Parts: sequence; structure tokens; C-alpha cells
Amino acid sequence: MSENKIIVTISGKDRVGIVAEVSSVLAKYGVNIEDIRQTIMQGCFMMFLLGDIGGSKFSFKEIKDALSQTGEKLGMEIWTQRKEIFDKMHTI
Amino acid sequence: MSFFNEKSIIETINMIKVHNLDIRTVTLALSLRDCCGENVKEVGDKIYNKITKYAKNLYSYASEIEEEYSIPIINKRIAVTPISLVGESCKEYDYVYLAKVLDEAAKEVNVNFIGGFSALVEKGCTRGDNALIESIPEALSQTQRVCSSINLASTKAGINMDTVKKMGSIIKQSANLTADKDGIGAAKLVCFCNVPGDNPFMAGAFHGYGENECALNIGVSGPGVVRAAVENLPKNADFGELANKIKQIAFKITSTGELVGRRMAEKMNIPFGIIDLSLAPTPAKGDSVAGIFQAMGLEHAGAHGTTAALAMLNDAVKKGGIMASSYVGGLSGAFIPVSEDAGMIEAAKSGVLTFDKLEAMTCVCSVGLDMIAIPGDTPDSTISGMIADEMAIGMINKKTTAVRIIPVPNKGVGDYAVYGGLLGEAPIMKVNNLSSDIFINRGGRIPAPIHSLNN
Repeated sequence: MSENKIIVTISGKDRVGIVAEVSSVLAKYGVNIEDIRQTIMQGCFMMFLLGDIGGSKFSFKEIKDALSQTGEKLGMEIWTQRKEIFDKMHTI
Repeated sequence: MSFFNEKSIIETINMIKVHNLDIRTVTLALSLRDCCGENVKEVGDKIYNKITKYAKNLYSYASEIEEEYSIPIINKRIAVTPISLVGESCKEYDYVYLAKVLDEAAKEVNVNFIGGFSALVEKGCTRGDNALIESIPEALSQTQRVCSSINLASTKAGINMDTVKKMGSIIKQSANLTADKDGIGAAKLVCFCNVPGDNPFMAGAFHGYGENECALNIGVSGPGVVRAAVENLPKNADFGELANKIKQIAFKITSTGELVGRRMAEKMNIPFGIIDLSLAPTPAKGDSVAGIFQAMGLEHAGAHGTTAALAMLNDAVKKGGIMASSYVGGLSGAFIPVSEDAGMIEAAKSGVLTFDKLEAMTCVCSVGLDMIAIPGDTPDSTISGMIADEMAIGMINKKTTAVRIIPVPNKGVGDYAVYGGLLGEAPIMKVNNLSSDIFINRGGRIPAPIHSLNN
């Protein structure tokens, strides 16, 4: 179900442990990671993560809040959005 | 396993974060026709109960959707049946009381504006219409959230000049009764020609007679996104390329709005009405329609070529948007409010954008003379003359036009009117001092125009 898919976008200064920290939060909240990609853009570390929240017993808001707190802890900006917005905006 | 594209993700986040893409309004459109009755207090109770019942979750659901897609939903609003119709059912009219009821209901459900303190009088007025119009200045001065609109003309009916005359005075009184706030009453009042019944934007939103019991209408915006896209094109890109780029961006903005609108309607368990894809500027830096003209290559809004730029922009926005949604409606196009657009404010302040140029631009924009501050001592008949001109443009060109001008009490050219928030601030513009008095005092109706011999 596409409505269970979320995209987590992480950006900021590269450092040790970003992937570990974010994936441990996702594991704790029952989010299945389906794909991860990362890149450096204009000196900025960026990571994109496709997750499935269908099997999670937590609400979207709880997952988003947990990720935002992790972002603050890491000093990174984390956006958590339902994937639908990208599908709708970029496909005819 | 599903697919994602990093470039698309970055583009979307940039549109929201850097270029102010937002859902400008989710508007619950609600019929109040079943609230009629002989006793005005009972009618008020029915109105209050119906609005608070239907709109109970409007704010919280909109906040949830905002979280899910990380896209700001700036305003949550309500549009109701023109109140002239509902209030007319009472034995004794008390439209100011009904306005207060609307205000209370809007406050209870946490919406910032409620539209529909309205009358549709393009051909003539009923007793209720007249009573509502007379009550507008008091109603707007005694409420915070109520917006009023009057349809004075249409291509099929002509222009109701009796009421055009009256509205000059009503606008002035509305400003004077709110003199302590630079005449903000007049900023919540708009006169229309060919008004749409499904517009989600204020101050002109109301729930039209041919509409559903209720619907969720949505207004999307994004002048900043369009400006950035145009700026990124090479300076020698031709107009075909320019129009194409604007269409692509309008498609993306509208698709997002459609998604939010449908999700919102689903949550509220009401039908999705329309999406209004309007480039509605805000005073925020860069979120400006005037900024798009500059990105297109004009020195500033008001330069010769501005009307052509606006015509192309308005048309390309509609073409791109229409592909992205099954139901496009409302005022769709590009708005040119002065006080709400930092670039327009700057152009008006430096004198390069004049009232007359703005009037010419309204021939091709999606609405009309919008949020223009004029001297407080402008005669009523001059204001009526401005309304008549704008109604004529709409009537002949078969388009919606509108007038929302504010004669700012005790202020003149060179002064400023300051409203704050989305309403912004405006330099007071010079108006033509010639008299329109005898013309306006003729009264009657300008007949509907012929639909052939189009020259």
C-alpha cells in the first residue's frame, strides 16, 4: 500500500553514526527500511530513506516526532513525509 | 518495493522550504439554506450549531495533513450561503446579529475568516439584499472574522448601477467605522462581477446556490516557486519556453493541492469540491507576483509589458493546473493585490505602478483591483466610478473581476496603511480627482452586452 510509504530526508554536516542512529529509531518504531541512498550535495550530506510504516503500531505523528528529535540530537535536519506527495507532484 | 527519485524529493522540499510553496487555504463550503426561520434568534442558533458541527474538526484535520506531507496549510476557513437569503426569511431583519453569530462560530472552530456575508444583486435587490448591504459597515466593524462580498454585475445581467452607487458609500462607511485600524473593514469587503460560487479565497468566498450541501474547496499558491523557476531559465529563453516552464510548475503545485484537498475531504467525510490554483502572493520576501514580472525581464511591475506578462502568466498557470486536477474552479489564475505583495508595494511606493496601470492589468488577471489603499477623503461617487469601471471590464470580457479598495480614514497620498499578517501594508495611491458624480447618480442598470460583433 503506497499510503504506508514514507520518505525520510536527512541533511546536514556528515559525521559518524547518522545511519546507525536513524535506523535504530526506525527499528524501535517498527518501520521497515526498503531503500536507502546517500549523496554529498554542495558539501552537505544528504540521505534519503524509503520506509514502510504498515507494520508499525505507532502513528505517523509519533514516528515523525521521534525522527525530528533524533535530528535535533544529531544536529541534522530531518524531514518525514508520506511518499504520496512526491508521487503526485512528479508524475502525470 | 516502490521507487523514489532523490532529485524529485529535493525539488519538493526546496519548493516548500525555500520558495514558500503552501496550501493557502482549506475552505469548508457549507449551505445554510436549511437555517431559515421567522425568528432571527432561532436562525442564529441554527447557523451556529450547523457551522460548529460541520467544521468541528476542520482545524485539527488540516494540522494532521500538514504534518503528514510537511506542507504548510496557512488558513482554515469557512464559506457559507449568502446570508442575505438566510436572513430574509426572518420577520424582522437583523443582519448585524447574524454577522456576530458567524463570527462566534468561526472563533469556536478556530478559523481565521468566514465568508458569505453576501448578496448576489447583479440585476436587482430584494428587501433582504438591501438590508444586508445597509448593515455591512456595522457588521464588519463589530466582528473580526466575517468577510462580505456583493456581486454587482454579470455578463448575462449587466451592471446594477443603483447598488454600485450605494457600494461607494458602504465601502467608505466600512473604512470609517474601523478608522483606528486604517479602515480594515473595507479590506474585508469585495464587490464582484461574474462571481464564482466555489471560490475558497477571502474576502470573496461564499457557498453558491448551485453547490452541494457542503464541500471542501482548496486554494493553492506558490508565486515564489514560479519566480524561482523563471529566474533559472536563461535570459534569452523565448516565450514558448517560458510558458512551458510555468505550466510545469503549475502542474506540480496543483497536484499537491489536489492530494491535500482529497485527503482533507476524505477525513471530513464530505465531497471534494474544487481546487483553486491561484498565484496568491504574500508579503514574504520572494513570494511575489511582481517578482515573477521581474524574473521575466521587466524592470518592475508597472513597466510597459506588464499586462502582457500577466496575461501569459495567468493563462499558463491555468493550462498547467487544469491537467493536474479533475475539478479546477474558483478564481484560478494570478492575483495582483497591492498590500499583500512585497514587490507590488515597492513598485507602488516608488510611483512606477499606478492605479490606472493596475486597472489595465485587471483585464487579464484572475480577479481585479485588490487591496489598494486610496485617500480617505475620496468621494463616494469616485469609489463607485472605480467599481463601475471594473464591473464593465468583467462584464464585457466575460470574466470575474472584483474591487477591494480601502479609503484609509484621515490619510492621504504619501501615507501608509498597515494591516499586518497576510493583509500586509500599502502606500496610499493617487486617484483621479475628476468628478464621476452625475454619471453615478443616474442609477438604473447598464444593460447586458451583445455577444456578437466582437471588436
